[in-house]
Amino acid sequence: MASAPTTEVITTGTGSPDPVGPHRRFFTADGLARVTIYAILILFCIYYLLPLYVMVVNSLKPLSEITAGGMMALPRQWTGAPWQSAWSTAQVGVDATGLKPYFINSIIMVVPAVALSTIIGALNGYVLTKWSFRGSTLIFGLILFGCFIPFQMVLIPMARMLGLMGMAGTVPGLVFVHFVYGIGFSTLYFRNYYAAFPTELVRAAQIDGAGFFTIFWRILLPSSGPIAVVCIIWQFTNIWNDFLFGASFSDFDSQPMTVALNNLVQSSTGVKEYNVHFAGAIMAALPTLLVYVVAGRFFVRGLMAGSVKG
Amino acid sequence: MSQTAPAARGRSMDRLQDALPKLVLSPTIAIVAIFVYGFILFTLYLSFTDSRILPSYNLVGWKNYENLFRIRAWDTAINNLIIFASLYIVICCALGLLLAILLDQKIRTEGFIRTVYLYPMALSFIVTGVAWKWFLDPGIGLEAVVRGWGWESFSFGWIKDSDMAIYTIVIAAVWQTSGFVMAMFLAGLRGIDNEMLKAAQIDGASTFALYRRIVIPQLRPAFMSAFVVLAHMAIKSYDLVIALTGGGPGTATEVPATFMYSYTFTRNQMGIGAASAVIMLMTIAAIIVPYLWSELREKK
Repeated sequence: MASAPTTEVITTGTGSPDPVGPHRRFFTADGLARVTIYAILILFCIYYLLPLYVMVVNSLKPLSEITAGGMMALPRQWTGAPWQSAWSTAQVGVDATGLKPYFINSIIMVVPAVALSTIIGALNGYVLTKWSFRGSTLIFGLILFGCFIPFQMVLIPMARMLGLMGMAGTVPGLVFVHFVYGIGFSTLYFRNYYAAFPTELVRAAQIDGAGFFTIFWRILLPSSGPIAVVCIIWQFTNIWNDFLFGASFSDFDSQPMTVALNNLVQSSTGVKEYNVHFAGAIMAALPTLLVYVVAGRFFVRGLMAGSVKG
Repeated sequence: MSQTAPAARGRSMDRLQDALPKLVLSPTIAIVAIFVYGFILFTLYLSFTDSRILPSYNLVGWKNYENLFRIRAWDTAINNLIIFASLYIVICCALGLLLAILLDQKIRTEGFIRTVYLYPMALSFIVTGVAWKWFLDPGIGLEAVVRGWGWESFSFGWIKDSDMAIYTIVIAAVWQTSGFVMAMFLAGLRGIDNEMLKAAQIDGASTFALYRRIVIPQLRPAFMSAFVVLAHMAIKSYDLVIALTGGGPGTATEVPATFMYSYTFTRNQMGIGAASAVIMLMTIAAIIVPYLWSELREKK
């Protein structure tokens, strides 16, 4: 997925969640207009769902049915073989290991990277809003700009740095890279969220003698649930879907899922097993899709956080 | 805004409390200073050196930039970026606005439809690329299917056609992002005051005039946001091109991001690769910096 589709997140506080507000109805009430609107909306539903349909349907049919021009048809003979092949026997790069080891790589990479960047982001957001000092807005701006640079700019020095740290071509190396470039967004989320948190509460606690960490732990953190979910989902989706860092900084045995999927699809030397490719693509998409289905509200909120100012 | 602990507390305690927030922030400051700005400077420096496989520190002035603009593939990459970015932005905005306006008409299943329109945003560009790559493949995809339905002369081979392949990237990218733009506009629409619209409607304004004169002008901030997001995604787009066309046929769909990668890591022209990265950064900075500036200043 897109590395950073959230520029507009920048200012506003908690961010507007789902766009719910005054629905209106200006196309006159006559039936024809309504029907047309519904028809267009449904047509676009089909458009957005079509590639998903193509992937699912074709991952469940034998290759011969696809090559015979039956891509849009339901399988005549349903089979789970492509899934099995994509998971455990397909040729990815050199070895016929299937995508399984790479799926595991992605999980090992995502979990610590998300956790670390979220924790640091929460602390940063707390400092930048409740303990802001002269120049802290500038610092925030500088952190934020880091979210939007083309990462091509850091590929060469990062490759050297990972080498110096002995982490070149390893999963921990990828964790580190994702952590470093994930801080910007997590800071952004928590900063905007905490900005709307009543500062009086913090002051009152201070007068009662509570220190920096006590205030964070006892007062801010307990009410940070929603933004933590938003942040975790955002980081998870981004890091899971990353391709550039994965392609640049991994070896054969440390590749994440996206890179392995691309290798599977691009480098098959013999017959192109489209059904296996589709099964692999769904596997790569499944974790983020699942998150979207279960917690779509938070995902959209992360995307939109603050995009609308009127 | 800096806050001081109550006067009753000891001085050293005071100092610690004062320093603590900065202390907590300092690892991030260090990380950003090194891994963002330090690395930018490093790449900037390399772009003025004769680096090949490995970084070299021999300065050669503007030579890499001069060479860069003489390379055919870079020319292609820039042209492709212009075509891709403008179509991508315009189509996404038009489609997003249309869908948002239609969804704003008290649609009964709005929540469901929104979910459907937005799910591609959760996918990796690689997944999107794979799906569209085979769907657009003339051998097995759309072309073969339509012919199978009986329209024998139907042909749609853009993805294999050097002149048209770049448009297939637009198709896939629009599919992935337009739902997001729709959501941005929808949220913008929901922020518009209903009373004013009702009044205009009573005055006899047609629906079309209502949207053109009152609604769309008020969506300016949403347009701004959409533009910045889309432009910056277009310049960075790499994964989708790799998965969909691999930059081909030939170099027909080369974009700056794929150019940078291949010159740096496979063609061993690190100096030129660095120069191309610098140009990408400049382009993005030209869009992002004014935006960040105005946003952060506004806040104060």
